[in-house]
Amino acid sequence: MSSIGTGYDLSASQFSPDGRVFQVEYAQKAVENSGTVIGLRGKDGVVFAVEKLVTSKLYEPGANRRIFNIDKNTGMAVAGLISDARQIVETARTEAMNYRAQYGSNIPLQFLNERVSMYMHAYTLYSAVRPFGCSIILGAYEADGPVMYMIDPSGVSYGYFGCAVGKAKQAAKTEIEKLKLADMSCKELVKEAARIIYLVHDELKDKQFELELSWVGADTKGVFQRVPPEVFQEAEKSAKAAMEDESDSDTEDM
Amino acid sequence: MQGSAKCIVSLDNFNYFRAPITTGTSVLGITFDGGVAIAADILGSYGSLARFRDCPRVMKVNDNIILGAGGDYADFQYLKDVIEQKILEEECLDDGFSLKPRALHCWLTRVMYNRRSKLDPFWNNFIVGGMQDDEPFLGTVDKLGTAYLDRHIATGYGAYIALPLMREEAEKKPNMTEKDAHKLLVKCLQVLYYRDARSFPKFQLATLTRDGVRVEGPLNVEQNWEVAHLVRGYL
Repeated sequence: MSSIGTGYDLSASQFSPDGRVFQVEYAQKAVENSGTVIGLRGKDGVVFAVEKLVTSKLYEPGANRRIFNIDKNTGMAVAGLISDARQIVETARTEAMNYRAQYGSNIPLQFLNERVSMYMHAYTLYSAVRPFGCSIILGAYEADGPVMYMIDPSGVSYGYFGCAVGKAKQAAKTEIEKLKLADMSCKELVKEAARIIYLVHDELKDKQFELELSWVGADTKGVFQRVPPEVFQEAEKSAKAAMEDESDSDTEDM
Repeated sequence: MQGSAKCIVSLDNFNYFRAPITTGTSVLGITFDGGVAIAADILGSYGSLARFRDCPRVMKVNDNIILGAGGDYADFQYLKDVIEQKILEEECLDDGFSLKPRALHCWLTRVMYNRRSKLDPFWNNFIVGGMQDDEPFLGTVDKLGTAYLDRHIATGYGAYIALPLMREEAEKKPNMTEKDAHKLLVKCLQVLYYRDARSFPKFQLATLTRDGVRVEGPLNVEQNWEVAHLVRGYL
C-alpha cells in the first residue's frame, strides 16, 4: 500500500507517469464502500433502489435518504459520501431551475446529465479541490419514454438500461443482466429491485439496512416519487420471501 | 386602477414613468363554510382597449392555496413563475410539509412592500385563498404592500361594486355553502360586467375545499341587453 501513488496521488491536477489520476481512483474507492444502489429502466419508467446501511441502532429511521427529487419528473440516487452527494443534488436542482426559468419546461435529462457531469469533472482538474466521493444515477420519464444516466467521480457518464454502484455492484449487475428490462413494467421492476437489494446485502458485514425505493413512469403520471407504502411493503415482502426460498434451496443442495 | 395611475422611478439620476401596460381588472374572493373561492375574468386590457381575451389570472398554487391577481399581467406572470418554482423546490424536499396560505400571503406582502420601497412596485392586487388549520383563509396584498384578511375581498372596481353586494348577502346568510358562494360570485361578476368598462363576460372560478382545488373555466356571465335601447342621453 505504501508504494501506491508514490507521490503522484496528492493532487487531482497531476498525472502519474503511466497516465492515471490517483485522486480520482481513490474517490471511486470511496464509492465502493457505500451501500449498493441500483437503477432499472423498463418500458414505462425508471426504478431506483438503495441499500442504505444503518451503522447504529440509535439513529432515527428514515434519516439521510439517498434518493433525491431534482425536478418534477427527475430523480437522483447516490452512492458514496452523502455530504458530497448533497452538494451535487443542490447543483442539479439549480441547473433544473435555471433551465426552467429560461425555457419554461423541465430540463431534458440529457442536458441535466451533461451539466452535472461537467460539474463533477471540474473537480478532477485542480490541486485545490478533491473529486466528489460519490457516483450518482439520474432518472426521468420524458415524452420519448424513460431515461437513465450514471455519472462516476471522474465525471464520465453513460446512459443505461440497468446499472449498479456500491459495495455489491458486481453481484447486482449479474442479477440485473438476467432481466429483460426493455419489456418490463415499473410494477415488475420494483419487485426485482427490492429482491436484488436484499439478495446482495451482506448480513455478516453490515447488519442493518433500510431499503429505499423510488420511481418515475407512466404509472406515476411522470412524477418522480417514493414508491407508495402498499407497493413498497409488497415488494419488500416478496423480496424477503425470495431470500427464504434461496436459503431453503441452498440447504437442499448441501 | 389604471390610466392616470403612474409612478416616477429614479435610477442613475434618470427619471422615468412606470405604469402598468396589459392589465386585468377586479378579482373577487369569498370564504364559505369549509372553503374559499376566487374568481376573475380573463381579459387583458391594453389601457381601455380590450386586447387579450384569454389571460387566466386565477391559479392553483398547491393543494392548500389558490391565488388570483389583478393589475399588470406581466408582473403577475413573473411572480407566478417565482411562486411555482418555490412550490417545486418545496416538493423536492419531500418532507411532507407544504406551503400554507398564511405563509404565502405573508411572503407576498414582503415582496410587494420591498418593491414599493424601491419605488418600483409590482403593479398587482393579489388575493390569496386557502385552508389554514382547517379554517378558510382569505387575504389580499396590493402594490403598496398593504395587506389584510377578510371573509370577503374584492380588488379594483370590485371593491366599490362587488364588495357591498357580498357583505349584504353574507349578512343575510352567515353560513354560506359552496353553492351559495359560487352563485354570489357569479352575480357579482355579472354586475361588474355591466358596470366596469374593463371587464369581460368570460371568467375563471377557483374553489378550494377540504376535498382539494378545482379551477373551472372559462365560464360565461349571463347577459341580457333588452333594456339597452331605453337608455338615452349618451349619444
